[in-house]
Amino acid sequence: MTTDETDLKSLMLASLDGHAASHRALLGQLSGRLRAYYRGKLARIGRGAADAEDLVQEAILAIHLKRHTYDPAEPLTPWVHAIARYKLIDFLRRTRTSPADVPIDEADTIAAHDDNSDVESSFDVRRLMEQLPKNMRYSIEAVKLEGLSIAEAAKRCGISESGVKMSIHRGLKTLAAMIARESQA
Amino acid sequence: MKTDELVTLLGTNLEPVDRRSIARTLYVALAAGSIVALGLSLIGLGVRSDLTTARAFIFLVIKLAFAFGIVGLALVYLTKLARPGGERKTRSLLVTMPFLVIVALAGISLALSPSSHWEKMIVGDQWLECLISIPIIAIVPFTISMWVVRRAAPTDLARAGAFAGLAAGGMSAMAYALHCTDDSLPFIAVWYGGTIVLCILAGAILGPRLLRW
Repeated sequence: MTTDETDLKSLMLASLDGHAASHRALLGQLSGRLRAYYRGKLARIGRGAADAEDLVQEAILAIHLKRHTYDPAEPLTPWVHAIARYKLIDFLRRTRTSPADVPIDEADTIAAHDDNSDVESSFDVRRLMEQLPKNMRYSIEAVKLEGLSIAEAAKRCGISESGVKMSIHRGLKTLAAMIARESQA
Repeated sequence: MKTDELVTLLGTNLEPVDRRSIARTLYVALAAGSIVALGLSLIGLGVRSDLTTARAFIFLVIKLAFAFGIVGLALVYLTKLARPGGERKTRSLLVTMPFLVIVALAGISLALSPSSHWEKMIVGDQWLECLISIPIIAIVPFTISMWVVRRAAPTDLARAGAFAGLAAGGMSAMAYALHCTDDSLPFIAVWYGGTIVLCILAGAILGPRLLRW
């Protein structure tokens, strides 16, 4: 736990400085933990691995989009846990699941600490992205999917560099909202 | 989509993050809210005309100190409560301090006065104006505070909302103090304190609806 905290926190500090590899490593490690957390929680209310995976991705997006709210003076684990818990409560409210709906016999079909990531979430990010406004979609595609620099993307999309950054941020937020809506079913 | 793909997407071309952005946005929000509140109070109500007298000046200072204390405390709490898990180590008791102080001072002031003066000291001349003005002036600062807190990531929405309400009430009281001619400590305790508590309640009730992210 303490070593985890130290490792994860140093990855977080590096990713706040813009170190992409650390950011990917951090999100990768956190997604494993989040998966175990959500599968454990959702198993108790009879929801499956796909729902858990939706939540993992919602939480990962939230961690990414809200990373400016992490206070480096504080430990990282409680911050992540607060986000994970907030997204879980939000999910339960959206889906109007009450603990009474939980069929007990399904509870043991999911191993609580199963950590594999073979399950895909129920949404397709490329399909969702088609619903985004043009600038948001082009900016995310150029910078996040094709790996162009902000300056190159700005030239290609015909908007300013700060416009590209803004479009990416807004676009990811909109995507997160779409994922939340999609996983209501 | 696999989560790994999402992680790769988010990790591509990562931008560095400004670590002080929360505190700075809150400062800007409170400054903007205060300016709007002051403007509304100055244009809508006007500054009290008797500020040259020592008594009026002293009471203005007392009212402003009360309001500043509240805004300052609200700012300290909001910088914590706007963050995920910020409610975890935050004890809200300190925030009752300005209220306890003003109530204690009001009590002393009443004890030192003959009871025939009490009604006048508590009710004042313009209690209704105070009761209406502070919440109305607080609307814009409240909206700004809530918007800024929501852009961060509060996880205890009722509490974050309550403190946004506290900040707004404090900014509004600060602005209204420039106009208010009711100079007694019991008046400040009841009508300033009371309307700010109303703002806290409004924030606590609206927080869970307005602050979701």
